[in-house]
Amino acid sequence: MLPMHRLEGLAKLTGAERYLDDEPIPGCLWGMTVRSPVSRGRITAVKFDPAIDWSSFIVVDHRDIPGPNETYLIENDQPVLAAGCVRHVHEPVVLIAHEDRRLLRRAVAGVKVEVDPEPPVLDYRVPPRAEQVQRGSDNTIKSLRIAKGDVERALASAARVIEGEYQTGAQEHIYIEPNAMAAWVEGDVVVVRGSMQCPYYVLNALKHALGRDERRVRVIQAPTGGGFGGKEDYPSTLAMHAALLSLKAGGRPVKIVYDRDEDMAATTKRHPSRVRHTTGVDADGRLTAMKIDVLLDGGAYVTLSPVVLSRGIIHACGPYFCPNVLVEGRVVLSNSVPYGAFRGFGAPQTQFACERHMDRVAGAIGMDPVAFRKLNLLRDGQTTATGQTIGGISGGTDRVALLDRALKLGAWEERREEAAAFNLTHPYLRRGVGVSCVWHGAGFTGNGEVYLDSKVQVAGLADGRIEVRAASTEMGQGTSTVFAQIAAAAAGYDAGEIVVATPDTAVVPNSGPTVASRTVMVVGRLIEKACGELKQKLGTRGSGLGVGGLNGDSLRRAIVEWHARNPGREPAATATFEPPPGVKFDDERYVGDAYATYAWGACVAHVEVDLRTCAARVLDFASVQDIGRVINPVLAKGQVQGGVVQAIGWALLEECRFRDGAMVNNQLTNYIIPTADDVPPIEVEFVEVPYAHGGGGAKGVGELPMDGPAPAVLNAIADAMGREVGADPMTIPMTPERLMTLVEAAEGAHGV
Amino acid sequence: MKVHAPATVNEACEMLARAAAEGRTLRPLAGGTDLLVHWPSKSAAHEGEYLDLSGVSELRPLVWRDDALVLGALTTYWDVVREARVAAELPLLNAAARQVGAVQIQSRGTWAGNIANASPAADGVPVLMAYDAGVALRSSGGERVVPLSAFYTGYRASVRRPDELITAIEVPIRSRDVAVFHKVGPRRAQAITKIGVAITRLAGSGADRWRIVANSVAPTVVRCREVERLLDSGARITSAGGFMPALQADISPIDDIRSTAAYRRTVMGRLLYHSLLGACSSVV
Ligand SMILES: Cc1cc2nc3c(=O)[nH]c(=O)nc-3n(C[C@H](O)[C@H](O)[C@H](O)COP(=O)(O)OP(=O)(O)OC[C@H]3O[C@@H](n4cnc5c(N)ncnc54)[C@H](O)[C@@H]3O)c2cc1C
Repeated sequence: MLPMHRLEGLAKLTGAERYLDDEPIPGCLWGMTVRSPVSRGRITAVKFDPAIDWSSFIVVDHRDIPGPNETYLIENDQPVLAAGCVRHVHEPVVLIAHEDRRLLRRAVAGVKVEVDPEPPVLDYRVPPRAEQVQRGSDNTIKSLRIAKGDVERALASAARVIEGEYQTGAQEHIYIEPNAMAAWVEGDVVVVRGSMQCPYYVLNALKHALGRDERRVRVIQAPTGGGFGGKEDYPSTLAMHAALLSLKAGGRPVKIVYDRDEDMAATTKRHPSRVRHTTGVDADGRLTAMKIDVLLDGGAYVTLSPVVLSRGIIHACGPYFCPNVLVEGRVVLSNSVPYGAFRGFGAPQTQFACERHMDRVAGAIGMDPVAFRKLNLLRDGQTTATGQTIGGISGGTDRVALLDRALKLGAWEERREEAAAFNLTHPYLRRGVGVSCVWHGAGFTGNGEVYLDSKVQVAGLADGRIEVRAASTEMGQGTSTVFAQIAAAAAGYDAGEIVVATPDTAVVPNSGPTVASRTVMVVGRLIEKACGELKQKLGTRGSGLGVGGLNGDSLRRAIVEWHARNPGREPAATATFEPPPGVKFDDERYVGDAYATYAWGACVAHVEVDLRTCAARVLDFASVQDIGRVINPVLAKGQVQGGVVQAIGWALLEECRFRDGAMVNNQLTNYIIPTADDVPPIEVEFVEVPYAHGGGGAKGVGELPMDGPAPAVLNAIADAMGREVGADPMTIPMTPERLMTLVEAAEGAHGV
Repeated sequence: MKVHAPATVNEACEMLARAAAEGRTLRPLAGGTDLLVHWPSKSAAHEGEYLDLSGVSELRPLVWRDDALVLGALTTYWDVVREARVAAELPLLNAAARQVGAVQIQSRGTWAGNIANASPAADGVPVLMAYDAGVALRSSGGERVVPLSAFYTGYRASVRRPDELITAIEVPIRSRDVAVFHKVGPRRAQAITKIGVAITRLAGSGADRWRIVANSVAPTVVRCREVERLLDSGARITSAGGFMPALQADISPIDDIRSTAAYRRTVMGRLLYHSLLGACSSVV
C-alpha cells in the first residue's frame, strides 16, 4: 500500500480542527472541581465562603449521584466524588459550575474541605505500619506469579549468580490537549462529548454512576489531542462530573476543561516501579535461571493496576530464553493519585530492569553485551516464561538478525571505537554506546480480546462510498487514516472513498478501547472481515457476480443500486472478533499464550556525558523493529520516533516531584520533557514479518517504541562512565544530580 | 485588569508617580513574558493595574554611543541577536540572548524586564553585570544611573522605587581578553537556569580586571568578589576544588524544585575551572 497523508492532517496544520476548549457551546456553564487538600483522612466539614452568593452556582457533591458512587472499572473502588474520606491529594470532593469562568475560579477557592488527617503511605517501597493499612492486611492491590521450571535449583547450580535492583519513577503523559469534557441532556438522554481514548469505557461508567441504561446515555469523541493511556480511564471521571453538573443544572451544557497544572497534579501517571533480578548463568553465559521480583506503586485506588502488573510481569524476562523462571509481582496501594495506563502499560518498567540487568550480567561474566544477548535471544521453537512456544503465528522473526540490523544502523562498532579514543583525550566529555532488545505483546493479555468481543460495522452509503464504524479513536496516532487504508484495500477503493465515522456510541459498535497497540492489528482485521462480509451480501443478492467477486467499481455500483432498490435503508455488515485458532491462556496459572503474537525491537543509543555537570545527552539513536506489515510507513516511523522521545524523557529528564503526596512540579517549567534540541537524530527501520491475523498483516506498533530506549540510554551511560568512573546507574530518571551522587559514591569507594 | 497606555516616558513617569502617591501598585508591562506566566491561576494579578510600555517608542531603540551600547528598555533578546556588532564587541550578550527560552520568548522578552523582575535565575543579568552595565532609572523627579552590580538588595528586591521606570541599560565598551558565559539548565532550550556564570577580564594589566557573575546560586544574581580577588591576585588554581574556599564565601545555593545546593556548588567550581582552563590557560 502507498503511504498516505493523515486524513485530519490539514485541519490540524491550519488550526481548523477544534479541541473541545476551542469550541463555543451556546448557553454553556463551566465546571470546576474542589479537591482534597491532604493525602488521607476523614472529611469533617465542607465549608462554603459566606461572602459568596452561592445561589448563582450549581454545586454537586456525592449526594447528587443517582447510582452507586463508584467509578466503573475493574473493582469499582474509586468514588466519583469523595464521601466521608479522602485517599489522595487532589481527590475530587465537590463540583461547581457557573457561566463566568472568573467567578467560578473564585468560588472554587471559596470552598474549604476540612479533613481530619490519617497516616498516609507516601513511599510504596516501605511496608505499611498497621495504621497505614487501607486494603487487606498489607495494602496489596494484586499479586501475580509466573513460574517455569525450578528456579531455586537452577540458581543453586549456576556457574554465576548476579543480582540487581532497578527503579523507575512516575511519568506524566503531557498530551498536548489537557483533559476536557462537555455534557448536556437531550430529551431523556445524557450526552457527553470530549477528549477520550475509549468511548465505551465512558459509557459504562456513566451507566453505572447515573443508574441509566445505554439508551439514555450517549458518548461522542471530540478531536483528541493525544492520550498515551492518560485518556484511557480518566475521561470517565470528567464525563461523570460534567454529567452530574448538567443534570443538576436542568440539562444545560456544562464543560470541564482542566488547566495544565490541574491535569498534571490530579490525573493518572505511569506506575513507579522497583524490580529485583537474581539471575543464574552457566559457564558459557547461557541464562539458566531468572528470579524476578516486581513491585509497582498503584496509588490510591485499584483502577487499572492489576492489568498493568500483568503485562509488566509477562514482559519481565525480555525476549530471552530461560528454562527456569520465577516472576513474582505485586502492586500496592499508596496515597498518591492513582497510577494508570501509560504507553507500554508496565512493560517499559520491567524491560528497563531486564535490559539494564542483561548488560550488568554480561559485564559480570566478562562477556560482550551483544554476544551475551545473541546467545540468549529467543529462537523460534523455544518457550517464554509462560510456556508459550514462539513459532507458528507468533514466529518467523529472526531476532538475532534484527539485532544485527540495529547494530549496523546505529554504527555500533564504529561508535564504540570512536568513543574509546575520544574518552582518552577529552578533558571532561565521555561517550558510550548502549543496546537493548525488547518485545511487546499486542492486544489484550491472555483471553482479554475474547472477553472484549469487539465489533466493527461497515456500511455502503447512497453515493457508493463505504463508512467504517468503530469505537476506536483517532488521537493523533493515525487511526482514521489507517482504517481508511485498510478498508480501501479490502474494498478495492481509493482511501478517499472511505468515510471513517466519528466514534459516537449511538452510531458505532464497540470495537474495544483504543489501547494496548491493538487498533490496527485487531480492529483493522475486523474491518477487513466486515468489508468481505459486505461484498458477500451484495454479491449474492445483487448483480449476479459470484460471492466476494465484487470489488472497486462493481462494488460501488452494487451499493448504489442497493440503495435505489431499498430507499431509506443501507447495506451493512458487522464483524466480531474471533481468536486465532490454537491460542490458549490459563488466566489463573499464567500459563500459555499470553499474546497471540509479539512485536520485536532492538535499539542502539550513543550518548555523551559531561563530567562537569554529569548531564547525559543522547547523540544518536537507532531503532529497528518487527511490527508485522507496515501499513503506513510515515505514521509507523512517527510512532517509533515519538516513543523514543518520550522514553528518552522518562530516562533522563522527567521526574514527578512530590511533597506530602502532592505533585509540586506540576508545571511544564519544572517538569522537564525533551525539546527538539534535546532529541538526537532517530534512525528507524522495520523488519516486516506479516501476522496472518492482523489488519493488513500488522502487529502492534504503539507501545513497543517506549520499551527499548531507556535501558539502551542507561547502558550507554554505564559504558561511558564505566571503566574510569565506575558509576553504575540503575535508576531512572538519571538526572544530572542523581548521576553526580553516583559518581561521587564511586569515587569515594575507589578512594580517588 | 486595568491597563494604562502612556505614549511618552514623561507620561509613564507621571502615571507611576500618581499611583505611588495614592498608594496604588502600578506595574510596568513590557514583553509580559514574566508577568503573564501562569496567568489563569494568578487570580490576584487579574485585579491589578498595569502600565503598558509598548506605545512608548522612546524606549525602543538600541543605540551605539562611542563608549557604550545603550539598550532601550524595550530592547528584546532578538534585537540583540540581530545586531551583528554585538556579537563582535559584546559577545556574551549574544550568547546569553540565544539561550533565553526559545525564539518566541527571545523576540518578546526584554533585557529591562529581566533585570526588573529580579529573579536570581535571570540569564540576561550575569552577562550585563560582567560587562559593568549601568541601569538608567527615571522618575518624575529625575534620572539616576545605578551600577547593575549595586541594583539588587535581596531576594526579588532592588533599589528601584515603585515610581521609577527603567529607561535604558548602558553597557560600556571596553577591551576584554576573557569572555565566557555558561548556562546549565535542565534541558537545552526552554530551561530555567540551575547554575549559570558569566566571566570577563579587562585586557591589559592592573588590578580589578576579573568579573565573575553567577546566577541561581544565591538570593540574587551575584558577583563572586572573593573569586575575582583570587584571580586578580594571580594565584594559580590547579583544580576545581581550588575555587571552593572563595566560592563558599560568594554563593549560597539552596535545595529547591530544580536542583540541590550540593550539586550547584560542585558544578559552579567545575565550570569556573574548566571555563578558565579553556579561556586562558595562563591562569590555571
Ligand atoms: C517560556 C519562557 C521561557 C523563559 N526562559 C527564560 C530564560 O531562559 N532565561 C531568563 O532569564 N528568563 C526566561 N524567561 C523569563 C522572561 O522571559 C525574561 O525574564 C524576560 O526578560 C522578561 O521580560 P519582559 O519584557 O517579558 O518582562 P515583563 O513580563 O513585561 O515584566 C517583568 C517584570 O519587569 C517589570 N518591568 C518590565 N519593564 C520594566 C521597566 N522598563 N521598568 C521597570 N520595571 C519593568 C515588570 O513590572 C515585571 O515586574 C522565560 C519566560 C517564559 C514564559
